[in-house]
Amino acid sequence: MSRNADESRAERIRAILETEGPAVSANASLLNEKRYDAIDSFPAYDELRSEARGIKEDAIAQLPELIDRVTEAVEDNGGTVYLAADAADANAYVESVAADRGVDSVVKSKSMTTEEIEVNDHLESREIDVWETDLGEFVLQVADEAPSHLVGPAMHKSRAEIAALFNGHFEPEEPLETAEELTRFARDYLGERIREADMGMTGANFVLAESGTIVLVTNEGNARKSAVTPDTHVAVAGVEKLLPSVAELEPFVQLIARAATGQPIAQYVSMLSPPTESPTLDFESDELGGGDREFHLVLLDNGRFDLREDDELRETLYCIRCGACANSCANFQSVGGHAFGGETYTGGIATGWEAGVHGAESVAEFNDLCTGCTRCVNACPVEIDIPWINTVVRDRLNRGQDPDRFDHLVDGLLPDEEAPGFTLQKRLFGNFESLARVGSATAPVSNRLASSRPVRAVLERAVGIDRRRELPTFARRTLIDWFDARGGSRVAPADATREAVVYPDTYTNYLSPERGKATVRALESLGVAVRVPPVGESGRAPLSQGMVDTARARASDVYGSLAEHVDAGRDVVVIEPSDHAMIHREYERLLPAASARRLRESSYDVMEYVYGLLENGADADALRAGDGEAVAYHGHCQGRTLGTDAYAVAVLERLGYDVRTSDVECCGMAGSFGYKRAYYELSVDVGEPLADSFADAETVLASGTSCGEQLEALLERPARHPIEHVGPQ
Amino acid sequence: MGSQTRQRLTEALESLAVTTSSATAADLPDHVARVIDEPAVGAPLPFAPGALEATAVDTDPTPDSLASARTGVTPARFAIAEYGTLAIPSTSAGEEPVSLYPPKHVAVVAESDVYDDLGGAFDRLAGEFADGTDSVVFATGVSATADMGELVEGVHGPREVHVVVVTDR
Ligand code: SF4
Repeated sequence: MSRNADESRAERIRAILETEGPAVSANASLLNEKRYDAIDSFPAYDELRSEARGIKEDAIAQLPELIDRVTEAVEDNGGTVYLAADAADANAYVESVAADRGVDSVVKSKSMTTEEIEVNDHLESREIDVWETDLGEFVLQVADEAPSHLVGPAMHKSRAEIAALFNGHFEPEEPLETAEELTRFARDYLGERIREADMGMTGANFVLAESGTIVLVTNEGNARKSAVTPDTHVAVAGVEKLLPSVAELEPFVQLIARAATGQPIAQYVSMLSPPTESPTLDFESDELGGGDREFHLVLLDNGRFDLREDDELRETLYCIRCGACANSCANFQSVGGHAFGGETYTGGIATGWEAGVHGAESVAEFNDLCTGCTRCVNACPVEIDIPWINTVVRDRLNRGQDPDRFDHLVDGLLPDEEAPGFTLQKRLFGNFESLARVGSATAPVSNRLASSRPVRAVLERAVGIDRRRELPTFARRTLIDWFDARGGSRVAPADATREAVVYPDTYTNYLSPERGKATVRALESLGVAVRVPPVGESGRAPLSQGMVDTARARASDVYGSLAEHVDAGRDVVVIEPSDHAMIHREYERLLPAASARRLRESSYDVMEYVYGLLENGADADALRAGDGEAVAYHGHCQGRTLGTDAYAVAVLERLGYDVRTSDVECCGMAGSFGYKRAYYELSVDVGEPLADSFADAETVLASGTSCGEQLEALLERPARHPIEHVGPQ
Repeated sequence: MGSQTRQRLTEALESLAVTTSSATAADLPDHVARVIDEPAVGAPLPFAPGALEATAVDTDPTPDSLASARTGVTPARFAIAEYGTLAIPSTSAGEEPVSLYPPKHVAVVAESDVYDDLGGAFDRLAGEFADGTDSVVFATGVSATADMGELVEGVHGPREVHVVVVTDR
C-alpha cells in the first residue's frame, strides 16, 4: 500500500471509530457475551455444530439434485421456481412478477440476499414502492445506508441517532425519543404499508427441498406478515440455502439463534410451504380471501456455483449468516461492518461472500482487518475456518497486484517463495525471520539505527510501519547461541524423565531470548533433558500476510528439522502461541495429513507442557511459588481458540498465584497488524479495553509476544511470558 | 405428557413472560371467556370442536374484525416444553393472521401434544410434513426487537401471549 493509501485508510478508520464505533462496540460485544452464556448452558452445542456442518457439506455436494427436487415440490404446491444466474436476472424476474400482478407496492422482510442484488433500487426505478418492515432495515432505508451487520443491520446507530433521523424525516407531531416510542411509530407506520401492499418479499434462512418449505427465523412478526398478508409472495434465496428436508433442519434451529443473539430459539421460526392455504388479507374487502395465492421462489446463483467449485472457498456456502464471526472479532467490535465489510456482507466471512458474489475488488479494502486471531473459529455454528478463507483471499489479492517497484531491492534479503506482486510491507513482515537474523547479528547498532528518526520516517513512508510504535529490539545473543555456549542441557538424557526440544521461534530466538532461557531452566528443573536445535520460522509470519506458498515452504522445513526428534520420542515445546497454533491448526492445510498429525501430537504449548509435567509428578517446588501474589494474565487469542491458555492459568494457580484473566477477544496487536500505519489507531482502540482492565494490576503476564508489546505500550509497564515469571531464577 | 413436562412448559413460558392456565375440554368455553379481552377473533380448536363457538370469540373474522380485535384465539398443534414454543398451524382456518394481528394471543394446546424437547417435536413434524401438513410457525414468547437501541416487545406481532393447556385432550 502506498503512503497515501495508508493515510486515507487510516483516516477512514479513524472517522468510523469516532462515529459508529461506540454503538457497534456496545451491541456487538453484548451479542458476543450472550452467545458465550447461551453456549455455556447448552452442552450439545459442539456436537450439533459438527452435525450441521456435515449436513451443509452434503447439501452443497448435492446441490443440483436439490434444485430439481425443490422445483418439483414448489410446483406441486402451486408455486414457481426461478433459478437466477445473477443479480440482474433475479431483479428482472421479480420485476416481471410485479408487472404481471400490477403491483404498486412491496413489503419486505429482512434479507441479505436481496441486499446483495439491490432489488429495492431496481423496483423503485420502476416506480414500485418498496418498504423494509424489519425495524433495523427500515432505519437503514430511511437513512439510505447499507447494513453494518448480518443480523443487526443498524447496530451502528444509537437510539438518539435513530430518533433524530425519524424526527427529521417524518416530522411527527410529538418528537420521538424512547426506544418504545420509536418502535411503536415504526410498527404502526409499517403496519399500514403491510396492509396496503400488493406483494410480499422475504428471504429464507433455509429452504427445504422435499416439501418446498421456506424457513424464516425472526424475532419480529414482520416476515410472517409480509409473507402471508398480500396474496403474492416472492422469496429470494441463495442456492446454498437448500437443505434436503425437514429432517435436516433441527440442528440449525438449535444453533442459529444461540450463535446469533444467544437466545435458545428465535421468537418465530416460520416454516411455510407456499402458496399456503392461509387466507389472504385485503383490508379493503369485508371478508378474508379464499387463499388464492401466488408464490415465486427465486434461487440465486450470482457466483455461488463457482464458489462450489473452489476447494479453498467452498465452505463459505455453509454459512448460515448468524453474525457470530463478526461479534467475536475484536476489530469488528471496534469499527463494525462499514469498515469491516464489503458491498453487502460484513464481518470475517464477508471476505468469502464478497469474493464469491461481488469479486475481489470488494474485498481488497477490508480483508486486512482479519488478523487471523481465530476467535471466530469456535463461534461459527457450522465450523467454517473463517481465518483460512481470509488468508486464501489475501493470497489471491496479493498475486493480483502490480509487481512492487521495490521488489528488486529486497529480493536478496527476503527469501520468500512468492511470485512478484506482493507489497513491500507484506514481504517485509512475511520474511520477518530474515530481518530478525540480520538485526540480531548487528545489534545493538541495528536497534539504534531502527529507532532513529530518519529511519522511522523511511519505514513509515516506504513500508507503512507507524512511527508511533516502538520497534522490537533485537538481542545480541540468540537463544540458540546462549544454549550452545552454556554447553547444552544441564540434565542428561539418561537422568531425565523426558526429553524435549524447545522450538526457537523467531521472537524468542532473536528478540526475547529471556523467555527461552526461562523455559530451558524451568524444564530442566522439572527433570527434562532439553535441546534447542536450529529450526526455522514456522510460516506464521508469511501466512499472516497471505503468502501461502512461503508459509508452506517454511512448514515443510520445520517438519524436516523436527521429524527426527519426534521419531526419537522427544517432545516439542513451543513458547510463542501463534507458532504453537500454526503447528496445531494451519499445518493441517500446509503439510501432508500424516506429517501434520505427527507434529501436532508431539508438540505442546510451554505452559501446557509444564502442567503435564506437574500432573505427572514433577516437583512444583522447583518453580517460583506465588504465595498469593496477584497476577493479571492475558491469554493469546489463538491459544484461547485451542484451549491451551487455560494451562497457564492452571499452572499459576497451582503454584499459588492469585490469577485474574482478561475477557477481551484479542489485544489488537495481532503480530504485525498493530505496526501498520493504516491500522495503528484501530489497534490501539482494540487494545484499550484490555489495558484498562489491567490498569491496576502490578504484575501483567501475556503469553504472546505481540500481546506483551501492546500491553507494554499501553500500560508503560513490562508484560512478561508466564514462564519467565515462574521459571527458576 | 408427564407432570414434569407440564411443569417444564409452565416454567419456560413464565421465563418468557407468557402466562399459562389449564382447563378441561368441557370447561373450555368458560375458561376462554375469562382469559380473553374482547373483542376477540379465533380459529376453531380441532381437539375441542364447538368450544370457541360457545364463546364471544368470532371464529369467522373479517379483515376489519381482525384489525380491531384485542385477542386472537388459536389452537397450537403442539408445544415444546424446553423452550416454551408453540407450533401454530397455518391453514385455511386463518390461525396465522389470528395469532399475529391482535395484540393478545391466546394459544390452546392439548396436554397430550406437549413434547418435552425439540427432538420429540421434530419427530412429529417429520410425520406431519410427510402427510402434507407442511406449514407451521414455531412461536416462542412475544415478538420483540432491539433495533431501536433497547429491547421492545410487540413488534409486528402480539405483545401478550397466554397459553391454555387442555388437560383431558
Ligand atoms: S461464517 Fe459462521 S459465524 Fe460467520 S456468519 Fe457464517 S455461520 Fe455465522
